[in-house]
Amino acid sequence: MPINHAIQTAFRGLKANKTRSALTILGIVIGVTAIIMVVSLGQGAKNLILGQIQGIGAKTIGIVPGRQPKGPTDILATLTASLKARDIVALSRKDNVPHAQDIMPVVFGSETASYGGETYRPTIFGGNELMADIYDSYPDRGRSITADDVRSSADVVVLGQTVVEKLSPDHDLLNERIKIKGRNFLVIGILPKKGGASFINFDEMALMPYTTAQNYIFGIKHFNRVVVRADDELNVDVTVNDIKSTLRELHGITDPEKDDFGIETQADALKTVGTILTTMTVFLAMVAAISLVVGGIGIMNIMLVSVTDRTREIGLRKALGATNRDILMQFLLEAIILTGIGGIVGILLGTGLSFAISLVITNVFGLIWSFTFPLGAAIVGILISTIVGLVFGLYPARKASLMSPIEALRHE
Amino acid sequence: MPLIEVKNLEKTYHDEEVATQVLFGLDIKINKGEFVAIMGPSGSGKSTLLQILGFLDPPTGGEYLFDNKNSTDYSEYEVAKVRNERLGFIFQSFNLLPRTTVLDNVKLPLVYSSTKEELWDGIARKAVDSVGLSHRLDFEPSQLSGGEKQRVAIARALVNNPDVIFADEPTGNLDSKSGEIVMGIIGMLHAKFGHTIVLITHETYTAEYAERIIKLRDGRIESDMKVANRRAGGFIK
Repeated sequence: MPINHAIQTAFRGLKANKTRSALTILGIVIGVTAIIMVVSLGQGAKNLILGQIQGIGAKTIGIVPGRQPKGPTDILATLTASLKARDIVALSRKDNVPHAQDIMPVVFGSETASYGGETYRPTIFGGNELMADIYDSYPDRGRSITADDVRSSADVVVLGQTVVEKLSPDHDLLNERIKIKGRNFLVIGILPKKGGASFINFDEMALMPYTTAQNYIFGIKHFNRVVVRADDELNVDVTVNDIKSTLRELHGITDPEKDDFGIETQADALKTVGTILTTMTVFLAMVAAISLVVGGIGIMNIMLVSVTDRTREIGLRKALGATNRDILMQFLLEAIILTGIGGIVGILLGTGLSFAISLVITNVFGLIWSFTFPLGAAIVGILISTIVGLVFGLYPARKASLMSPIEALRHE
Repeated sequence: MPLIEVKNLEKTYHDEEVATQVLFGLDIKINKGEFVAIMGPSGSGKSTLLQILGFLDPPTGGEYLFDNKNSTDYSEYEVAKVRNERLGFIFQSFNLLPRTTVLDNVKLPLVYSSTKEELWDGIARKAVDSVGLSHRLDFEPSQLSGGEKQRVAIARALVNNPDVIFADEPTGNLDSKSGEIVMGIIGMLHAKFGHTIVLITHETYTAEYAERIIKLRDGRIESDMKVANRRAGGFIK
């Protein structure tokens, strides 16, 4: 039997039972849709997060206190107070770290703020005059924190939009005084609304000089983080090494395994986050692929019903000269066409839904979300659904092909 | 040399643990171009015999030689090829594909043949024309009368120009007038085109279109004789 005619015959068989065929492929459609959506949205999320990490700047290096955890039981190692003022002094010296252009100590934590009768618990983020530049967190009204504010541990604060809305829903807070941990702070600036678009959500933050936060809010002498900016992207690696040797010398560390600090660069973060997201996407796509197997069992079930339904037709075809192979091919093709159509519909549906979701994320949540058509997943989806058709169609098709023509013709 | 020859042919059906013997040592020879009717009451084994001769069911004893070759020597592929190219079947219940046009039903044997696809249409149209149904080409079986359905089945049986046409009670489901038309066509296939025809019937009237009548009773040959006053086939273009 010529293949084009075999395909025609298979299509005719499927068209004879439109509703049944449509319901049969539903499992495959849902499975492929899920794969496409997981991969497409996973890629979008990856792009978004990586974009935000890149937004921090390729020249930025983070120093975190404490030994980097070596395992799940090692968590406490991170909570140390190893970064202090003398480290900043040492790092600022040009002969120690020649390519360090900017250095900013950071302290953070949460504390209750109040204004009038309202209270809210924002994240207190203490930095220096470089904060606005490093994090692109310039107030749209008022001013940023200055070097003078830092030197004098001034009681000034720059508030994010959410903090303003929570503390004073109907009254502008600029140049007003709010209370944080019982102390009066002058609101010198209000940040523009950023949504969740930035890697750090400044909407829920209260920015102040790190000296103020250390002395009056948290009562600590150490820093939670030190941010160093290299003068050039090309000097990031050499700067990282300079920072390490400076701090080791200062802290009397000879074995790098015993470092009481950790270094984070954008490249590291990109790699880590990229790996995590890719692993997640692959894992979720595999879960979705399992649903294809379930869909395949549905196909097998319906194909078995179809073979029984068309026993007389099988007998007739054999009486008229169809070989076992012809019959096998006919039913196998029906199964493959079913799952193939399911795969194509799934790709269209998955792509459409992913696109719609990307529009919602962009327009409603204001995130910079890029829609990607996952070509690889589409090819894999079509391949898997065809293979599912082949595997699960084989048993019913074989059953049909081995029927005795006369018993098939006698079938009522 | 006979085209069809059975020697001591036996058939026993095994249904779970009960064995039922249907044919008891038949010896029959049918020559090329003969028109033979096999008659007998129901249960005489005539349909079973036809199924064995048509390669639809294997015998359980004795030999069946088709074209001087033992049926057991044909491979699965060769059996399909014989059914397709050398045998044509007409069933009592028509066995047309539903929701499929007359033309496509008639084409069906060609689909499994080695005939080139571009020739299918012409051959099938000619076969439909020869049973006088050219005006029904695009009709589906559900739109046809019983007699018309059987004529479509005849067109399908002869589309590959087979050596033998097996007709199993072809008039069994038809009124007498349609039955006469159908038998007229079958008679004509023999008279005009020289097809070998093996007809199963329980009606003497129908059997008299044949040259020779073999009567079966209880799985054995009761009589085998020439027909003295044959009914002539008619109606075919």
